[in-house]
Amino acid sequence: MADRKVIIIGSGPAGLTAALYTARANLKPLLVEGVEAGGQLMLTTMVENWPGFRDGIMGPDLMAEMRAQAERFGTDVMHGNVERVDLNRRPFSIAFAGGKTITSDALIIATGASARWLEIGVDRKLSGHGVSTCATCDGYFFRGKPIAVVGGGDSAMEEAIYLTRFASKVTVIHRRDSLRASKIMQDKAFANSKIEFVWDSEIADIRDIERGEVTGIVIRNLKTAKLTELPLDGVFIAIGHTPNTALFRGQIELDEAGYIVTHHGSKTSCPGVFAAGDVQDHVYRQAVTAAGSGCMAAIDAERYLDGLPIPDETTDNAACLVAPPTGEILKP
Amino acid sequence: MASDKVKTFTDSNFDTEIKNGVTLVDFGAEWCGPCRRLAPTVDALAAEYDGRATVAKMDIDENPNITGRFLIRGIPTLLIFKNGELVDQIVGLAAKEEIARKLDQHL
Repeated sequence: MADRKVIIIGSGPAGLTAALYTARANLKPLLVEGVEAGGQLMLTTMVENWPGFRDGIMGPDLMAEMRAQAERFGTDVMHGNVERVDLNRRPFSIAFAGGKTITSDALIIATGASARWLEIGVDRKLSGHGVSTCATCDGYFFRGKPIAVVGGGDSAMEEAIYLTRFASKVTVIHRRDSLRASKIMQDKAFANSKIEFVWDSEIADIRDIERGEVTGIVIRNLKTAKLTELPLDGVFIAIGHTPNTALFRGQIELDEAGYIVTHHGSKTSCPGVFAAGDVQDHVYRQAVTAAGSGCMAAIDAERYLDGLPIPDETTDNAACLVAPPTGEILKP
Repeated sequence: MASDKVKTFTDSNFDTEIKNGVTLVDFGAEWCGPCRRLAPTVDALAAEYDGRATVAKMDIDENPNITGRFLIRGIPTLLIFKNGELVDQIVGLAAKEEIARKLDQHL
């Protein structure tokens, strides 16, 4: 018999909502939270688009509330670093760093996505010494200093605007000649006198690795290939996210970008394994859509565990990418 | 809930405190969400390495000199010292096992 009916990996809005619903369905979920516990909202300040809070709510406060609510109905929260999952045998097993293994009849994956870095290597080496992917964490260090923000989406504009509180000047570097950000964010950014834009350009290099701090950047214009030096003290990278799916590679279907492919709600290619939130969504990526999909995963898992036919079910166990057991759907 | 095993360093006592043995220093701030997230890990390490390594935290707001000396521009940052020399660093969040592995290399 499995140790658990359902294990949820991930503790952002998707994971915690899945926990809330499975806990209320009396499935006594175990929620595993990793290094980035609480998810991306832990790195934000005011969240103004979470319905029900007309004046907004701070991201970390919202996550603390969600967690307390999930725990109130009996979710066990465990802090741990998942090293391996085995989805080919049932019950599924989840192995943790340190050697512990826990088995479960159903699994909900809500591991989210993490900030992407540039592909020049030097950015990671100067991480914490002038290069950052978190404006709310590190903006403080750049009071009165010039900095750059890389990216043209909503989060890049949000970071740029937030950073004008500290920085003397914010230069936005974007690969195209227009922003991807929503109209409202574009308007805010264009209206901010501290923000300047460098279009059609990317960062070719960050100085100065020898000194161990950021002293400037080399900007490459993608149309003219011209290189320009810009002295500054900090670089904030906001060029999107990469899904946290390394653990599941080869065991469930992923798309080309590495996101989990879901169908008919939250179902993955492996029956009994469900996915919710940013790990399976590169389109909407909102706290509220993550929470919504967490609820779907919980309901799908509950139905699966009940042995009820799942509406529109078309997969069998053979859909699991690697050597699935044939035929039987597990009954708790 | 901070463990009493975690020391608190300041600009004035930092150099004396790191002089001997292996020391893990957690640079952070009260207002930093990820730092609060890392705190329980640092607490656990302090208990686990009690007697073998010193584990301390350092508030960057209150201690700008040492924070500046190590060019820290992002928090949380963990620095590992051995007999006063900086030997390793971890920027951002890290799993307990990863930090322990780095500490073990210097013990």
